[in-house]
Amino acid sequence: MRILGISGSLRRDSHNTSLVRAAAELLPSGNELVLWDELRAVPPYDQDLDDESAPTAVASLRAAVADADVVLISTPEYNSSVPGALKNALDWASRPHATHVFRNKPVAVIGASAGAFGAVWAQAELRKVLAAMGARVADVEVAVGHAGEKFADDGALVDEGVREQLREALAALVAETARATPQVQAAASPLPAAA
Amino acid sequence: MSTTEQTVASPTGTWQVDTVHSAVEFEVPYMGVATFSGSVKQFEATLADGELSGSAEIASIVTKDENLQAHLLSPEFFDAERYPRVSFRGPVRGNGSEIEVDGEITIKGISRPATLTGTVTGPVTDPYGNERYGLSLRTTIDRTEFGITWNAPMPDGSGALADAVTLKADLSLVKAA
Repeated sequence: MRILGISGSLRRDSHNTSLVRAAAELLPSGNELVLWDELRAVPPYDQDLDDESAPTAVASLRAAVADADVVLISTPEYNSSVPGALKNALDWASRPHATHVFRNKPVAVIGASAGAFGAVWAQAELRKVLAAMGARVADVEVAVGHAGEKFADDGALVDEGVREQLREALAALVAETARATPQVQAAASPLPAAA
Repeated sequence: MSTTEQTVASPTGTWQVDTVHSAVEFEVPYMGVATFSGSVKQFEATLADGELSGSAEIASIVTKDENLQAHLLSPEFFDAERYPRVSFRGPVRGNGSEIEVDGEITIKGISRPATLTGTVTGPVTDPYGNERYGLSLRTTIDRTEFGITWNAPMPDGSGALADAVTLKADLSLVKAA
């Protein structure tokens, strides 16, 4: 399974970027996580620019999401909500509204913050945004509070409790995505599919 | 149509729906002031020895706005990718033209009892020599019982989209050869 990791933070030593990198390490074997790191290059959303020649970073994001089986987003929390840059990138990715790449895409939200709560409010708002976009929001929550104590200076996730929590969340995410194929429900229909 | 003399409660034999001349629709009050409606283009229905069974393809929902259709197909509503069909099955019973189908409806993978009520008309012989029955059925379900809980708050705190949804099937059934 191919997982696209997105960090909502632009900071070089971002805890959320470190959390995505840790997720790459802790995935069940046989799966791969690719980090999309062009968030800084996404311009402010402008419908006048939203045509066939979309900005490069936008095209890159759309292609990366389309290629992924699952998207994992780690968000920081700014003023109790989602960072503007991340929301802006999702606004770009969710066009055109009826047919964009996030429709039905399984997406899991996690987050880290320097404070005690691990970006739980930003995570909740991000899940709301993703559901409104038509994504399949996974029932996964990893909230890493006091992030400064959980990561080493080189960005390695060193807290064993958080590592285990993240490992379990990723295993559940991969298992759920693999299990829920469209064929599951089709088999329950009493009649053959209409021509 | 005056058909009192021609109706029976439960046609015997096997009857298949003529989808072009039939309709499966839904109605739900929206914002408390009007009723929003839509239909499903692709569906199937069979009446076999008094047992009605049918299913409809969620991806074929038709409304007046493609963005709204996309929303209805999304995980927030029907989750059509995982649950592509809704279905119903139950025995047709009744007196004369008034019928009732006490059966089970499945939406979004959740099955609940549902009673369809309405009328049966026929049989008639159509211009092409086929025998036909008409079934006109209605039921009202609580969409939240099927995991369809989306809403938008009105300023007074109520939900814009009602929980009670009326499902309608007007079926022209042709006797199987």
